[in-house]
Amino acid sequence: MADSFALKPRSVAVVGAAETTKMGLIPDMSQLGLHFDCALNAMTDAGLKPSDIDGVATGGEDVAVLAHMLGITPKWVDSTDVGGCSYMIHVRHAAAAIAAGYCSTVLITHGESGRSRVGSPGYAMSAASMAGQFEAPYGVTGAPSMFTIPVLRYLKETGSDIEDLARVASIQREWAAMNPRATRREPITVEEVMNDTMIAWPFTKAMCCLVTDGGGALILTSAERAKDFPTRPVYVLGTGESSEARLISQMEDFTSSRAFRVSGKQAFESSGITRDDVDHLMIYDAFAHLPLYGLGDLGFCKPDEAKHFYRERRTAPGGSLPTNTNGGGLSYMHSGRYGMYALQESVRQMRGIAPAQIEGAKISLCHGVGGMFTASGTVVFTNES
Amino acid sequence: MSEIQRPLPKPTPETQHFWDGCREGELRLQRCTRCANTWFPPRPFCPACACREVEIYTASGKARLHSYVISHRGHPGFGKEPYAIAVVKLEEGPQMMSNVVGCPQTPEALLLDMPLEVTFEQQTKDESIFIPLFKPVEG
Ligand SMILES: [Zn+2]
Repeated sequence: MADSFALKPRSVAVVGAAETTKMGLIPDMSQLGLHFDCALNAMTDAGLKPSDIDGVATGGEDVAVLAHMLGITPKWVDSTDVGGCSYMIHVRHAAAAIAAGYCSTVLITHGESGRSRVGSPGYAMSAASMAGQFEAPYGVTGAPSMFTIPVLRYLKETGSDIEDLARVASIQREWAAMNPRATRREPITVEEVMNDTMIAWPFTKAMCCLVTDGGGALILTSAERAKDFPTRPVYVLGTGESSEARLISQMEDFTSSRAFRVSGKQAFESSGITRDDVDHLMIYDAFAHLPLYGLGDLGFCKPDEAKHFYRERRTAPGGSLPTNTNGGGLSYMHSGRYGMYALQESVRQMRGIAPAQIEGAKISLCHGVGGMFTASGTVVFTNES
Repeated sequence: MSEIQRPLPKPTPETQHFWDGCREGELRLQRCTRCANTWFPPRPFCPACACREVEIYTASGKARLHSYVISHRGHPGFGKEPYAIAVVKLEEGPQMMSNVVGCPQTPEALLLDMPLEVTFEQQTKDESIFIPLFKPVEG
């Protein structure tokens, strides 16, 4: 049965959007400093000052510290923190809060000193936690040796091969080449991806995300108020969220993410669109397998057909479903929680100002993943009121 | 005793029976007395029906290799050679993370769905912690 949603499409819009002034290597800013920089840039973009903002959401940083330091007196706060897709979920929660009248103008920020590690929280894991008891003893060393574990099963069950992973990285580099702010812009062939330094077989370094510094912020308000802002409003058409297993070993199906399926289904149902309506797609790519999982789990195809989207260059420049047009976490930037950068690219595409602009794009779907395959958030944007 | 210096688990009241079992050479799972569901990791209720009447039983120790990566990044406790981090599917249904021992850590030796059986490796001199690992079934 389809869910029914009280929040109507296009009720809320993004009126401010900005990344940090610099991107990539920013040793002169702490994590909190990166939050400040992108928040101020987004306020400038929207023509707002701190006293105009009455709702704040962030993940990976203390929302109260952030609001107070920025001079904001919030009537609504959200510190949902489920990894890199937290920001998609913040958009969803903010839209509901604005529609409910809890607040009128929400600031969502992300900042992360992923490379320079200035003022970053540690990753200490308790030996008594579920992960500490049932995964850490086996020598997992963070995302590259955990997020990647399901993929051999995926390749076997879907008749895909390691070259299909490499092709994702190679094609995204083509998009990055068009983006002056992308970290890696030089072309890379499938063969070069395959022959790069081995990280966790079958994943080479070029199939794994970058590790960079940066941040991004969004400001949302009601569609009614959005017309009075200097920027072109980007409307929230629909959203979804979900979570599954925190332990990668406990993901119920290694060929498909339940969190992806649940979040994606809600996003399509609440926005009232079909797959064919999507002009532009962002699928959070911390590793090269994620766009393949995303295409299947969002319903663009069956899981075993996702490889054809890349083999036939449908997701590549000039293709029918342009995907990860900023170069993605593999080539644009990845501070650790990439979701905010995917959202920024969707907003740029809807405003018509992206470096690799898709001409005439009216609907952008932005799909995030968090905490390996733990969580998911999806936002559908449109530039039509 | 293991030469590998693993990050060691710290049992909690909800998981103590599992780690006690490992010390005694048994892979202990839980089963619902109402709906016969079985699960891992341990918890004192059935996640299918919320029943608290849970029984602990000894699993067969048989499993199949479900998926894995071979980590080349190095780990402070695991030495310099690449090693496989695997998820095995137990005969009873649940999945567990583990390492595959007693065979080369190569794609050629590690075949998906290969039959495995549990073995327990002592981690501490005082015999307080044993870790379940899996080895290929002989023959
Ligand atoms: Zn039950």
